Amino acid sequence: MIQSVRDGARRRRFFSSTAAVAIAALSTVAAPAPVFAQEELNALVWCDHTDPALLEPFEKANDVKVNVKVYEGTGAGLSILDQSQPGDWDVLVIDGVDVHRAIDLDLLAEIPADALPTADIFPEVRMEANNTKDGKTYAVTEKFGYNTISYDKTKVDPKDMQDLSVIWSDKYKGRIALYDYYLPMIGLVGLGLGKKTSELTEADMPAIKEKLAAMRAMSKQVSDVVSSQTALATGEVDILVGGGEWITAVLSADKPSLDWTIPEQGAVRWAQSIGVMKDSTKQDLALKFVQYILSPEGQARLATSSCYWAMPANAKAGDHLTDQQKTALRFNEQAEYLKKSQLYPIPSAELDQQFQDAWTEMLQQ
Amino acid sequence: MADAGTLSTATALEDADRRKAWGFVAPALLWTIAFFVVPFAFMAAMSLWKREGRDLVRVWNFDNYARFFSENALFQGLVNSLEITVIVTVISVLLAYPLAWIIAERVPKRLQRMALILAILPFWTSYVVRSYSWLLVLSKNGVINQLFLNIGLISEPLELASTRTATVIGFVHFFVMLLTLTIYSNLIQLSPNYRRAAADLGANAFQTFWHVVLPLTLPGIMTGAFLTFVLCIGDYVTPQILGGNNELVLPQIIMLQLGRRADFPMAAALSIVLMLAVTVAYLACARWLKIERA
Repeated sequence: MIQSVRDGARRRRFFSSTAAVAIAALSTVAAPAPVFAQEELNALVWCDHTDPALLEPFEKANDVKVNVKVYEGTGAGLSILDQSQPGDWDVLVIDGVDVHRAIDLDLLAEIPADALPTADIFPEVRMEANNTKDGKTYAVTEKFGYNTISYDKTKVDPKDMQDLSVIWSDKYKGRIALYDYYLPMIGLVGLGLGKKTSELTEADMPAIKEKLAAMRAMSKQVSDVVSSQTALATGEVDILVGGGEWITAVLSADKPSLDWTIPEQGAVRWAQSIGVMKDSTKQDLALKFVQYILSPEGQARLATSSCYWAMPANAKAGDHLTDQQKTALRFNEQAEYLKKSQLYPIPSAELDQQFQDAWTEMLQQ
Repeated sequence: MADAGTLSTATALEDADRRKAWGFVAPALLWTIAFFVVPFAFMAAMSLWKREGRDLVRVWNFDNYARFFSENALFQGLVNSLEITVIVTVISVLLAYPLAWIIAERVPKRLQRMALILAILPFWTSYVVRSYSWLLVLSKNGVINQLFLNIGLISEPLELASTRTATVIGFVHFFVMLLTLTIYSNLIQLSPNYRRAAADLGANAFQTFWHVVLPLTLPGIMTGAFLTFVLCIGDYVTPQILGGNNELVLPQIIMLQLGRRADFPMAAALSIVLMLAVTVAYLACARWLKIERA
């Protein structure tokens, strides 16, 4: 289980979701759809929404079949929508920082504010600036987690992991893996430079490039989720920069020595949002699905979905999680973690291009 | 009149043959046009568009190609792709030829089918799973390092995983199987009379192989080598998993354009560059070995 992140989960999901989706697909085949299911709901989602344990309660309760398609990266998801007919899709799961891209393309329907359990959602992840526009709500945060530092506590000094500058110091040279997604990684570099993720500008690029190069020189590899997990589990590396609960939780049973922390300078927080497609012909059913996902029960199932675990946005989901699950998610420590973390950078298209170019340069150095 | 009638009949028959020929060719032709020519033309056209911010600028320009040749990180992707592909192709040929020769010449006929099945057994495993398996084998605590450490060959684990070496190993493992098949099929078609004739003329075993067998099996080698080149240079998964992103090949850079930013014009331009590399490789092979006449 586990792995996670977001559009942010892009590459992570590319590989990790392959297996998860295959399993989900097989499960679907192995367990024939109920003969009474008549209506269908089409959702364009991340891999954590493919878990039958998440979908079945909604399907049974509403006499509906939920068809899910997984995509990797906001760009790819928007391309799928671009190639679809209006009405093909009813529900969209999207990177929290990219909701406005979908709103600007007029893809999302307004969701009545009173239809959502906003008060139950952790205030720090409500993300009104991202999920709303002109006072109207178009999406709602459903799950979140952290891009920070994962490590093997038997191989490194945990105290060293409290300082983000460890990622470009030579103390652990050759023992570090970098998570392969430029947005959170540049956000982390920004934090290391004392910059808020929301305030990164073009003027910061020289310093960011310098630190990326320094970080690269100390690292052994830059890898997706599964490769990163493999590297940590096999001892190929002892530290994963950009990792978090979504990397170590799945390994905790076999490798209790793996841990993660949020350094003094903070960490980057990722979040995924869910919304109803504007052209959906099943607006009510789609909204019902969104409400189910945001319900405490749906949130608990989503948080512990077979593809990857991460924190539920709804604080009341804790009532439906076991103590063991809450420990793995560090459910009770979220107040401190949320305070120390900042949302992904949300670059303009131009700055985004510069981020990507800087990342490409770093990989080729 | 009789001649005119004969000519007319002959022409009618020729027309009928021509129509029949077109009838046979048409499905393949339509298929190729629909699923290769049209998509390719669309991709070529898109490579001349441009992504500006979140907008797609549908005005033809060469900015994407200019970027490719001016930005070292992008151009280096092609260099890396070519280097890795050439290394993989050469090593795969060197390993596959003896294997194919042993199966064709040394394994009894009744066991050859079994030997071939064993040779291509790894094909039956998922490509992704196979790559991750190699990652485990090559890791610090993997089979290879542990073996070498235990027999005292090394005192410190070798850095094998997440390197170009790992990528090459993963590729070679796959392509040796492919090349073995193409070379084997060439070898078994070779009449033993060639070798007998060479022996009659006084050639020893090496001379027979070098001057007779090898030239006659070059078409098989080059066909396999070309397939290896095409599949290797366009592969994304193996370098992504085994290379540890310590260098990017062109397909990885193409994927990078698509994931978040959906820069399809740039991805299309890079894909065209990749196709040009394959085309050059084909022309080199075709001219050198005259594959079209083989």
